[in-house]
Amino acid sequence: MNEERPVSDRETSGTEPAVTPLGTPPEPPVRPRAGDILHTSPELAVGEGDVRGAEGGDDEILAGTSLWKDAWKRLLRNKLAVFGMVVVGFIILASLLGPPIIRWTTGYTYDFIPPDTALNKAFAPFQDPQGNFSWTHPMGTDAAGRDLLARVLIGGRISLMVGIISTIVSLIIGVTYGATAGYLGGKVDAVLMRIVDVLYSLPYMMIIIVLLAFFGGRSPMGQLVLLFIALGAVSWLTMARIVRGQVISLKNQEFVLAARATGVSTAKIIFKHLVPNALGPVIVYATLTIPSVMLQEAFLSFLGLGVQAPLASWGSLASEGIQNIAIFPWQLIFPGVTMALTLFSLNFLGDGLRDALDPQMRKF
Amino acid sequence: MFKFIIRRLLILIPMVLIVVTLTWGLIRLAPGNFYTGEKRLPPAIEKNIRAKYGLDQPWYVQYGRMIGNVLRGDFGDSLTYPGQSVNSILARTLPVSATLGILAYLLALIVGVTTGTIAALRQNSKYDYASMAIAMLGISLPNFVLGPLLVLVFSLSLYWLPPARWGTFPSVNIILPVITLSAIYMAYIARLTRAGMLEVLRADYVRTARAKGLNERQVVFRHVLRGGLLPVVSFTGPALAILITGTVVVERIFALPGLGNYFINANFARDEPLIIGIVAFISIIILIFNLLVDIAYGFIDPRIRY
Amino acid sequence: MSHNGNLLSVKDLRTYFQTEDGTVRAVDGISFDLERGETLGIVGESGSGKSVTNLSIIRLIPEPPGKIVSGEVVFEGQDILALAPDEVRKIRGNDIAMIFQDPMTSLNPFMRISKQLMEITQLHRGYSKDQAYEHAVKMLEMVGIPEARSRVDSYPHEFSGGMRQRVMIAMALSCEPKLLIADEPTTALDVTIQAQILELIKKLREETGTSVILITHDLGVVAGMTDHIIVMYAGKVFEQAPTRELFATPGNPYTKGLLKSVPDPAHEAGTELYQIPGLPPDVAHLPPEQCPFAPRCYRAEDICRRQFPPFVQLNAEHFSLCHFAEEVFAQSRDERAAREAAREETPQGIADAPQIDAAGGSTQTQGEGSR
Repeated sequence: MNEERPVSDRETSGTEPAVTPLGTPPEPPVRPRAGDILHTSPELAVGEGDVRGAEGGDDEILAGTSLWKDAWKRLLRNKLAVFGMVVVGFIILASLLGPPIIRWTTGYTYDFIPPDTALNKAFAPFQDPQGNFSWTHPMGTDAAGRDLLARVLIGGRISLMVGIISTIVSLIIGVTYGATAGYLGGKVDAVLMRIVDVLYSLPYMMIIIVLLAFFGGRSPMGQLVLLFIALGAVSWLTMARIVRGQVISLKNQEFVLAARATGVSTAKIIFKHLVPNALGPVIVYATLTIPSVMLQEAFLSFLGLGVQAPLASWGSLASEGIQNIAIFPWQLIFPGVTMALTLFSLNFLGDGLRDALDPQMRKF
Repeated sequence: MFKFIIRRLLILIPMVLIVVTLTWGLIRLAPGNFYTGEKRLPPAIEKNIRAKYGLDQPWYVQYGRMIGNVLRGDFGDSLTYPGQSVNSILARTLPVSATLGILAYLLALIVGVTTGTIAALRQNSKYDYASMAIAMLGISLPNFVLGPLLVLVFSLSLYWLPPARWGTFPSVNIILPVITLSAIYMAYIARLTRAGMLEVLRADYVRTARAKGLNERQVVFRHVLRGGLLPVVSFTGPALAILITGTVVVERIFALPGLGNYFINANFARDEPLIIGIVAFISIIILIFNLLVDIAYGFIDPRIRY
Repeated sequence: MSHNGNLLSVKDLRTYFQTEDGTVRAVDGISFDLERGETLGIVGESGSGKSVTNLSIIRLIPEPPGKIVSGEVVFEGQDILALAPDEVRKIRGNDIAMIFQDPMTSLNPFMRISKQLMEITQLHRGYSKDQAYEHAVKMLEMVGIPEARSRVDSYPHEFSGGMRQRVMIAMALSCEPKLLIADEPTTALDVTIQAQILELIKKLREETGTSVILITHDLGVVAGMTDHIIVMYAGKVFEQAPTRELFATPGNPYTKGLLKSVPDPAHEAGTELYQIPGLPPDVAHLPPEQCPFAPRCYRAEDICRRQFPPFVQLNAEHFSLCHFAEEVFAQSRDERAAREAAREETPQGIADAPQIDAAGGSTQTQGEGSR
């Protein structure tokens, strides 16, 4: 029974977790981070601990197309995910096509302030200035008399744009960073991931507030660019971790060794072989990052640090709406509910994608 | 363990200094000054003000003084609240924010863990679907929409609760702010609990526990809960960081005299000492809390050794 | 087969799983008897339903998606499937205990070994804390854990795989169960440790007189351990026989294939190891009107693809699910006779050389020789 020596007295040093008898270190504590509150537990979903094991991995790589086809089929079977997809699609279309249609039919734009000087400029939904039924302002108007529907749709454009572009920024940083760390491994990996750990525990939202308060408000476009960069720059940490985990599990598989043996360059291996294969969790996490970033943008706009008038985002519209909540509650309700519905749908879509791409859920 | 704690505490100081330096750098790189505002002041007055706040000295002297202040834990006087030290403002506002935050998190823990556990135990039941749909709504509904809606319904329409103003502590005034702040954590904790519990319920050792002949209640309380709640424990650290952003919004909606409200005002007023003070203070709290969570984690999961 | 003294009698057990691919008939009409003190081996590839059979016996099938559709599991005269959940729990761990495949994950990582061991005696025997603690130490000593008293308060991760499986065995035997179900108890372990664990189970079985059901995919494991063997395939019993007879004269092509694919140390270098062609079937999509093994079978004919095979009784205790059971059985007997003849004529050693059988593959003398 010599070979069954206990491992209790194994040396453990520093923060290194004890190594289990099989030689695999226990998973690190799952550590969501501040911004992740809005993701529906992404770390549990596609975190490092959950990267596909070697077991199903080979088949999936070989049968790449059928994996995606299968996932798509499973996604379509998930009613909530389909609901999310339809709603998100509808809102994207509406925010793209809506403003020109409104302009064409009623002549209103999101920043058109009617010249008449009636004291009460805010109309309730479906009312004209005389209080009669009218199709002109289906969502009413804001305090300055601007058509709320047009503003909500333009707000949707801005909010979705901030969400998508910031997510792309975070994707570029996170994927490059994570793939590099995972592929190079060793000391480079240790240092890079240590930096991520440190960044995780910074109160980054406060720094963004300072950044926007001191540098923002110069021009509407400048403000948007500032938002993209600021939100993208803080959203890549979890993405980097996920990609790193995926790459580590993939890089020791034969097709990568084969590529290396035939002299393919490191950069090419990372981007041609590893990144495409790590795509599933990345897509899921990116889908969940969009609503998170949108919520952060809304939060900043609500505080008056985000999108500036006359441009609008759902956050800034809600912020304006709150001023008049007692008299004109729809000014909060319409942008607020539209935003909640969009985030709700995006979250369901992300959840559905995760279930569809998660091979563990396949049977039973 | 002891070595680990000491090391983490030592790392804490440079990290706070990094955050503070970043903040200070942003403030100083930004064009304009706290006293200029829209109009230009006569040169003589401007010179006096600059001298008074030490702005006429080279940047490294100013930086050194700021770092010195942070290390001493004395952040100087606020610029916008004349005669008040930053420390006195912190001391006054912290209890408000802390009460709000702690109550909200406790509420979220109680409701979230209960909901999530029941949902996991009755996976795929109507209860499961309903509670998870509500949780998803909680995650998707921004608190600055939820808060005003609650006010609209409970204060302005039903007249049940006051549209909160801060009063003495045991007061109905804080019900709406606490619920508003708590909602998203409730939802998040419910989801984390459910996912964690489901994972453990599928684990081999839970099958072992059942094979021993334990009843479902014993299985859940003795074998499932501990592992299933680990994600919630590790969420508690970062939750604090978001709780702070959450309190900013809730304090603004309900006009509560808390840290967050002061922080935003300080930013608009370019009150450098107050900004630096609050950032440093919050960073320390977050870092210490993360450390506490890691220590707790080590106690709960015997496989983790530091 | 004698029905007197039966500890356990399983009749026409069917356990189905509802999946998105349709209904998986994981266990589809299994029947067997287990006498007191007897050891039964259940052999089959993964997915053959052997684990589900045994989880069904103590009603540990996750429901949903699983469901025990029909059947009887008579244990000491009462049908477990008809009992109230509370009464089943009194049997679990007390009268019927289980050891699972993966000792690394089958112990609660958050709980001290002592507590996990004490739990079971406190529950079923009403032991006090001290009694249970002493019993736990005693059990660990019994399963051969050195310095049991100082190790009993360890956490599972502080033990190696083999040690953990010993702990699992100690836990299972704590209440002196009448039946021990060992589900692939050695699969996750190193080869040297496998032998130790099997020896331990064997020794404890002899000491306590417990009946054992040993589930495995590895014929080598059951060879020296069991009295009877059931070979399962696609949720059905394919062959059932006393161990010695099954190894010597298999009556089913599938069993023959399994026997041939066991590596033998005496196997001549350079000859290829036999492999059953194809993969285990997808149980969700099996056409009911054919033999499930037909696509992989060397003996398959038209009838095998048209008609479900009969369960043929070959002698008193030997059954086989095959259209050609008699023929295969007869052939096996001829082969054995030939082997014995060869052994008498040739010196020891050459007799173990591989021979060519009817299937055309190389084979080796398994059977009695390995026991």
